[in-house]
Amino acid sequence: MSVLIYTESPHAPEAAIYRRTIPAGDFWMQEIKAGQTLRILDLEGNQAADTLFYNAADFRERYSAQDTIRENRGIYLTTGTRLYSNELRVLAEITADTCGRHDTLGGACSCEANTLRYGHGTRHMHSCRQSFLLGLMTWPEATSFALNKRDIPANINFFMNVPVTPTGGLQFDDGVSAPGKYVEMVARMDVVCLISNCPQLNNPCNAYNPTPVEVLIWA
Amino acid sequence: MPLLVPPAATGTSFTTARPAGAEPQPGPIPADRLLTDETLPGGTAVSFTLRRHHTLRLTALEAGANVSFLCFNRHELVDRYNMADTLKGQHTAKLTTGFILVSDMGRALASITGDTLGWHDPLGGHDTAAHVQQKWGAKTYQTARNAWHRNSRDHFLIELGKHGLNARDLVPNVNFFSKLTTDDAGHLAFVPNHAQAGDFIDLRAELDLLIILTTCHHPLDTSPAYGPKPVKLQRYRSDPPPADDYCRTYRPENERAFYNAELAAL
Repeated sequence: MSVLIYTESPHAPEAAIYRRTIPAGDFWMQEIKAGQTLRILDLEGNQAADTLFYNAADFRERYSAQDTIRENRGIYLTTGTRLYSNELRVLAEITADTCGRHDTLGGACSCEANTLRYGHGTRHMHSCRQSFLLGLMTWPEATSFALNKRDIPANINFFMNVPVTPTGGLQFDDGVSAPGKYVEMVARMDVVCLISNCPQLNNPCNAYNPTPVEVLIWA
Repeated sequence: MPLLVPPAATGTSFTTARPAGAEPQPGPIPADRLLTDETLPGGTAVSFTLRRHHTLRLTALEAGANVSFLCFNRHELVDRYNMADTLKGQHTAKLTTGFILVSDMGRALASITGDTLGWHDPLGGHDTAAHVQQKWGAKTYQTARNAWHRNSRDHFLIELGKHGLNARDLVPNVNFFSKLTTDDAGHLAFVPNHAQAGDFIDLRAELDLLIILTTCHHPLDTSPAYGPKPVKLQRYRSDPPPADDYCRTYRPENERAFYNAELAAL
């Protein structure tokens, strides 16, 4: 594997204007103003934080995985990566990263996709897209139109390591994260961030044990 | 019709063995099965229904062709091609014979039953007016009439609108006939002229599909001049996939996706 670049943040946790722990399997949805910094902290290591961004003024503009990897010319997200919307505008930019690599190809788990990946016995287990939907369906600002599954684009998997091989294989490698690793991004427009702290019990990438993450915001 | 029961819950590994037998090599389409035959000029778009178990053959008519492609469950348009589920479900970052296109409801939408190229791009997305102008300058309708510069994004929005859909439904697309490589650091590079004239891919519908496709440039196309290539579109009657179908048995995940599609077709 290539060398991972680590970038520390200058921000002190004590100076954060907002701190919240997201338990494993819960979602978190919060507006972040342009210029504010969001940190996602992997408290216990190798936990997937499935993350989406929307333009706070119009949810039809949202994070786009394909536009992000193409415009950054790379499949891994790390310091310097600009997170693009489907309108090719920058929603946020990663400014610090002590993990070194994050995935945006693997998507989020769902009950339906779990039947395909792990068998129909997993059909009724909790999953990220259940959390995404509950977040969207209960978001109070959604006044312009009713949000639903159409509004779940391909997401970011912070702390996950999903390399593409030279022959076009997609591997789900052991994590490169660890307790205390974090990733930070500055919002470049007013955005709403939706995180599903992945509840997956069937994947070795989190040792079958989903754990909490913490979010911090600096003004 | 036999009772539908879920396939066994086995096999989710990157190293899961692929079928040992030779992959299917479809030949010319028998005349008595051919349903439509048309040529799509470069830079254009079309949307149409592909019935369950009919096959769409796309043929590159010149080197460097590209088809940017979306598909939806015709009866449930909110059920649509999902890049991540397709890729992680089959542990692949490319598409070729054996792989299926998976919907975000875990269903097999289409199977790749034949392919002369070995690699089609699911990662690069589609080009926009800004990409085209940045690379090749503006050529407006006012100055160039039918020779104006066109792009996939505008075409996708127009075709989505014809079916009551909108930008919320413009999900990550596939680029048939194009290839991107990635190195150790994850950098993406476009492979010029990946497809040659005559290369084709067969897509068998596993549910009734709405297909939207364009023949615009790949967004990372490095051609020195604007010049999207024409593509031949043929639809033909194929047979329902048997229990030992190559795509159905390509991976254990595929068998379960076929089962989910069969449930949806009841």
